[in-house]
Amino acid sequence: MTATRPGRPASDQPPAGRPESVLILGSGPVVIGQAAEFDYAGTQACRAIRAEGIRTILVNSNPATIMTDPSVADAVYLEPLTVDAVEAVIARERPDGLLAGLGGQTALNLATALADAGVLERHGVRLLGTPLEAIRMAEDREAFRDLLDRIGQPYAPSVIVEGATDAERAASADRALAEIGLPAIIRPAFTLGGTGGGIVANEADYRERIRAGLRASPIRQVMVERCLVGWQEIEYEVMRDADDTCIAVCSMENVDPLGVHTGDSIVVAPVQTLTDQVHQRLRSAALAIIRALGVEGGCNVQFALSPDATEYAVIEVNPRVSRSSALASKATGYPIARVAAQIAIGRRLAEIPNVVTRTTVAAFEPALDYVVVKLPRFPFDKFPSADRRLGSQMKATGEVMAIDRTFGAALNKALRGLEQAGAGPLAEDATWQSTFDYLAAVYAGNPDADQPIRWTGEEGEACESTRFAQRSAAPVVLRRFLEPSDSRLWRVLGLLRRGVPGATIQEATGIAPWFLAEMERNVRLEHDVRAIGPRLADPTDPEAATLLATAKRASFGDRDLAALAGVSEAAVREARRALGLAPGYAMVDTCAAEFAAETPYFYSTYASAGSPPEAPPVQRPAALVIGSGPVRIGQGIEFDYCAVQAADVLRRAGWSAVMVNSNPETVSTDFDASTRLYFEPLDPESVRSVLEAETPHGEGSPPAVVAYGGQTPLNLAAPLAADGVPLLGSDLETIDQAEERTRFAALLDRLGIPQPEGGMAESIEEALTLADRIGYPVIVRPSFVIGGLAIDFAYSPEDLVRHLAAAAIVDPDRPVRIDRFLEGLEVDVDAVSDGERVLIPGLLEHVERAGVHSGDSIAVFPPQHVGEGDQALIVETMHRVCIALGARGLVNAQFIVRDDGVYLIEVNPRASRTVPFMSKVTGVPMVELAVRISLGATLAELGWPDGLLAPPPFVSVKAPAFSTAKLKGVDPSLGPYMQSTGEVIGIAEDPRVAMAKALTGASLVPPRPEDGSDPVALLSIADRDKWGLVPLARALRRAGYRLAATPGTRTALREAGYPVDPVAKLGATPNAHIGEVAILDAIGGGGIRLVVNTPTPRSGAVRDAAEIRHAAIGEGVLCLTAIETAIAAAESLDPDVRDRIADVRSLTEWVPGPVRERLVASGAG
Amino acid sequence: MIAPPRPAPPLPRADAIVDPRIGAVGQALLALEDGAVFPGIAFGAPVASGGDLVVNTSQTGYQEVCTDPSYAGQVVVMTYPLIGNYGRLTDDDQSERPWLRGLVVANATAAVLDDARQLATLLRVDGIPAIAGVDTRALARHLRANGSLRGVITPPGETDVDAAIAAARAVPRWEDQDFVAQVSPAVVREIGDASEGGPLIGIVDFGLKQNIVRALRRRGARVRVLPHTVTAEELLADDVAGVVLSPGPGDPARLAGPVALARAIVDDGRPLLGICLGHQILGRAAGAETARLRFGHHGANHPVQDVDTGYVQVTAQNHEVQVLGDSLATDSPFRVSQVNLNDRSVEGLRHRTKPIESVQYHPEGAPGPLDALAVFDRFVAACRG
Repeated sequence: MTATRPGRPASDQPPAGRPESVLILGSGPVVIGQAAEFDYAGTQACRAIRAEGIRTILVNSNPATIMTDPSVADAVYLEPLTVDAVEAVIARERPDGLLAGLGGQTALNLATALADAGVLERHGVRLLGTPLEAIRMAEDREAFRDLLDRIGQPYAPSVIVEGATDAERAASADRALAEIGLPAIIRPAFTLGGTGGGIVANEADYRERIRAGLRASPIRQVMVERCLVGWQEIEYEVMRDADDTCIAVCSMENVDPLGVHTGDSIVVAPVQTLTDQVHQRLRSAALAIIRALGVEGGCNVQFALSPDATEYAVIEVNPRVSRSSALASKATGYPIARVAAQIAIGRRLAEIPNVVTRTTVAAFEPALDYVVVKLPRFPFDKFPSADRRLGSQMKATGEVMAIDRTFGAALNKALRGLEQAGAGPLAEDATWQSTFDYLAAVYAGNPDADQPIRWTGEEGEACESTRFAQRSAAPVVLRRFLEPSDSRLWRVLGLLRRGVPGATIQEATGIAPWFLAEMERNVRLEHDVRAIGPRLADPTDPEAATLLATAKRASFGDRDLAALAGVSEAAVREARRALGLAPGYAMVDTCAAEFAAETPYFYSTYASAGSPPEAPPVQRPAALVIGSGPVRIGQGIEFDYCAVQAADVLRRAGWSAVMVNSNPETVSTDFDASTRLYFEPLDPESVRSVLEAETPHGEGSPPAVVAYGGQTPLNLAAPLAADGVPLLGSDLETIDQAEERTRFAALLDRLGIPQPEGGMAESIEEALTLADRIGYPVIVRPSFVIGGLAIDFAYSPEDLVRHLAAAAIVDPDRPVRIDRFLEGLEVDVDAVSDGERVLIPGLLEHVERAGVHSGDSIAVFPPQHVGEGDQALIVETMHRVCIALGARGLVNAQFIVRDDGVYLIEVNPRASRTVPFMSKVTGVPMVELAVRISLGATLAELGWPDGLLAPPPFVSVKAPAFSTAKLKGVDPSLGPYMQSTGEVIGIAEDPRVAMAKALTGASLVPPRPEDGSDPVALLSIADRDKWGLVPLARALRRAGYRLAATPGTRTALREAGYPVDPVAKLGATPNAHIGEVAILDAIGGGGIRLVVNTPTPRSGAVRDAAEIRHAAIGEGVLCLTAIETAIAAAESLDPDVRDRIADVRSLTEWVPGPVRERLVASGAG
Repeated sequence: MIAPPRPAPPLPRADAIVDPRIGAVGQALLALEDGAVFPGIAFGAPVASGGDLVVNTSQTGYQEVCTDPSYAGQVVVMTYPLIGNYGRLTDDDQSERPWLRGLVVANATAAVLDDARQLATLLRVDGIPAIAGVDTRALARHLRANGSLRGVITPPGETDVDAAIAAARAVPRWEDQDFVAQVSPAVVREIGDASEGGPLIGIVDFGLKQNIVRALRRRGARVRVLPHTVTAEELLADDVAGVVLSPGPGDPARLAGPVALARAIVDDGRPLLGICLGHQILGRAAGAETARLRFGHHGANHPVQDVDTGYVQVTAQNHEVQVLGDSLATDSPFRVSQVNLNDRSVEGLRHRTKPIESVQYHPEGAPGPLDALAVFDRFVAACRG
């Protein structure tokens, strides 16, 4: 008998020679559905390929990433991810191969476009890894179904909707509806994060979603799929090499049944409720599929499994690394992206070493001896108006992962790690109370059920029911209450807490009974802790000690236990200490302890309390770097960049860097980004425990580094310092003086630095009095916030009252700051201070007026409109503030430049969002300098001058990228709330080209008029922005756009001599006499390609105009809400500018090395 | 563990470790011969039992593990911390009853099913003790460092540490016992009717798993299951087209009879497939030596590479003993055909001229991947001639 290999697919070519140089495509700006996971994947890929001695060339427009650091690849191009720009890079660099499988859907689509445009063939570039045919087959719904038929794999019945004309598409949609029925899932082909898709239950929604889906799909194809209601969703992360070796790295089970996008689902690894027979059946199916596709690299396969596990259906395949593979990597310790990259350049799984054990090879399947739970992090705290229901279109911006030995414990840890107001294990929304009461009365056998029951319905209306009505109403109420939404988990926990049986909840939600039963066990523990009360904190009470040990084993936080027992958190902690109750730390070793592993990756578990430690504390000197937790708006990948850099600098300085973070998508949680990695929630208790574990007997705690992960670690500074943990860098006094607004205002007064007039208010009355004194408009903001959360403008006393009510939800314990809102030119400054000298690599000028959150502004470096005198004043002010604060490390500040002076708005003694950008465009290693200073060096010793550096001979533009199209109901107008999820960069000598590059990368440029098309720009401009109308109109006309406008804007345009189509204002009856059309009809009509709608600075008008903006987003039309952005975007269409976007240069060509000369003219220091 | 460096923290409540739906039976100890003691909660049968500890890293398939006769005489430690999640489906049993001596888990969980369909019920009915609340990762590390050790699970309520350690030291040594005789059937069993027409395959049952029978049946074969004491004449009846030497428990060095039997089959030249213990028996019949692995292979994730094709498959494994490839004579008609990529141990033998091969892993999975089912394809094809 001789062994024969299973048949290999058609692409059975002898492996081509190993490439000498490889071009790697990144994924561009972070948007919902495509986030930090691709920085992680791309960075691993670059490093793996580079380690093989192959030249790596990277193209990515996202400056906030580690992967675009000059040290990661041999050549880094911060250029837009367009066919033209990438072709220009290819023409310059002449790579042998192109690697697209690590940059998400963006890179895959770009690779397909490059192939279609003949670029790859023209330049002799080979696509590495999974072949193009496989990519197309996995993405093209029809081809994929043919493939599944061929290999006998089942899928949900579905019908493709497509056609050459609208009529054909409509007929196709009718046929699909007749065949599939409702509810149905709409899945547009080739979109990321399920954009444009969703579950539809009625015909109107069906038609609307088909229309939207066809528009969203680049190939105008949508699949209508039968909705397998209540089926479970199971995922496999699989890999295959060119020798046809296949492995399943990780299995994952979604707690949310089918219908919720996996990125929005609670996901558990490995599978929990599947027998080996079922698990192996699905695993074998996943491997059969990647074999048939001919995947070379990583791949994600999703299945639906019937509730009785007898039937399954293939849902989707992603022939690339993905968010799920990042999660699988962190869940198993298996470096999927690294291995996928190695496979792409021709290595085989059997010859790639397992870098975790270092004794085995990559051709194996990780064995887990723990449970992993992932929870999504939603942006609805920033978008209160958004539709919070979940479906097949992803809405989460980030995720948190937790590891423990039981599902209940991992779930509790993940809940602690979410770092969201009202998101702990015990959180309940006050508005659910009456519904809870009602449902409990019906389902939990409440003895008071004879009484009529009142509750508040979903629409907020008061409801009442008698016993008779209960029976019929309750299932409906329950079902609606438990519809998939960002808060369903907490609603379920609340019902379980009130005795509603798991079986009832299972019926309403489809959540597998086992998960509900495990949640019930947690809830019972809560109940027991509440029942024992303050006794819990008495270490001499044996019953209490047992209960405490039990609750800690379930990973309830001390804070939650304290709340349940009615004692202080410190008392619980003290009881634990007295009992010797501390977590053990276990290794994520890919092999369940079968082999000795050398990985430094650990998690805490009370199931190992008392077991011998797996590793001694790291070698001293050592410091703890605290990461930034789940990606959220305002605290994204840029802080991961800083944390990773900080750890790297520490290690290069001979220190051990201990990283603690809870985010599975990031580079910082890659096991080789630090000396040791702890995957833990970023709450004081967890961080403290890690520090204790890293403190050798009889020695002091290692210092903590809190300045590089954004607000999350900064908020930990006070509790850690209170425990005697030293802080590396700026001390608590400096942090507090800058963060605490009253103290900060006093400091500025003392230094005589101008600031907007303002003060603190502890009550609404105080706030009103204060606002009256300083004059409206005012800015309202609570202390210690991320990304401007709950910051808003108030234009009137009514406004003010409304905002204060909203702010109270965020943090009721802290007073609110009220400041005069100053309009002017905003300037962002990042500096490195050693306490005596202050290095300022550059100033960043905002394009939009003050009032637009700095994270949402387009920013230009060096400034184009700030005079030398003002620049000098800013530098001088920065210097004085840094010295006065005693800042040691990074400091970020925002200034407003006005005719009447330069005002200092805010100072943060920590890494800011712009540090990666500024580091890259100036060549100043800002994080490195800051860390070295915190280790004792001075700027002078490091060879850096005091003051502002000379600007480089080119211009860099940072533009925000938005995900608002994915969040139904969100008003995209720019304001004090940060809305953008990512950023891109454009670099060029000509500022207009730099701007065009950045805006192109951020998808903020309207489509260029093609031959024969007649695009229209609809303008509706507020009076205060009319100054910009003429430059806007001029640029649009020059680019070939026709103009349409609402009456006020129309008049202004006509006066300036521009022809313009009449459009009626929202709510006004169109004047048919002059050919006016209603504004929403105009937007829906099809010709409009750009809407510029700047809101009037009055809240009422803002709300009205929101409908216009929603209509534009719904139609997929670019909608700009700041006049400055609009002008910049229109000017980017200028043929002179446009043609130079593909004028590319690598980062090291732009910035050969840091420019250390001081700007002599600054007069600072 | 031995001499914990700090005072032991309080133990959690039993219902946090054993799902209340199963019900904890009482405090118990897992004691090892080297003096290590792990307190825990009993949830199986209320008896004492001991054997060599083996660590299994499978994430699913605890039921198949418990009913696999190869675990006869062993106390199985599951590293996956939740055992019992989906209960027990009768169809997935691999033999008539559980054969292991005891089960050690971190958490005994339950399925949302009735009592009859819980794992704990299976163990209780058949008199197998089980203990939960053990940090099985710490235990696995301990065993990895110290090699195979004997241990006992004490009955509920018996928590005398010294007595338990003494009991562990009194457990008969694994190498000294004849497990095959315990698990092998006394009578011949025929599965499938001659009218079906497929080839008849004789399986020598040293501790057969149902999935092997299923794998052969799915390929159209009829099966005759024979006791391990079968003679060559009876086994190699005219109607038998090929022979399977099944997996099973224990040390092949003790199995002189089966080794002689294997030699007779090789001489006969009919298609022969050895699996796990059957592979080791064939190895010894071919003149190779066998030796005990330090830590055993028990899991569902072992990569095995075919020496001829370079092809790699992920396999299910469950063995204590390996065939030493170097001990094969240079002129042996057998050669090493497959190796384990983790430790380069022998995973398969192939005859140079006859349709005879053996695999150390379990191509039938249960639990574990089904990547290597081609082994059965080849074998049944050879049987068809």
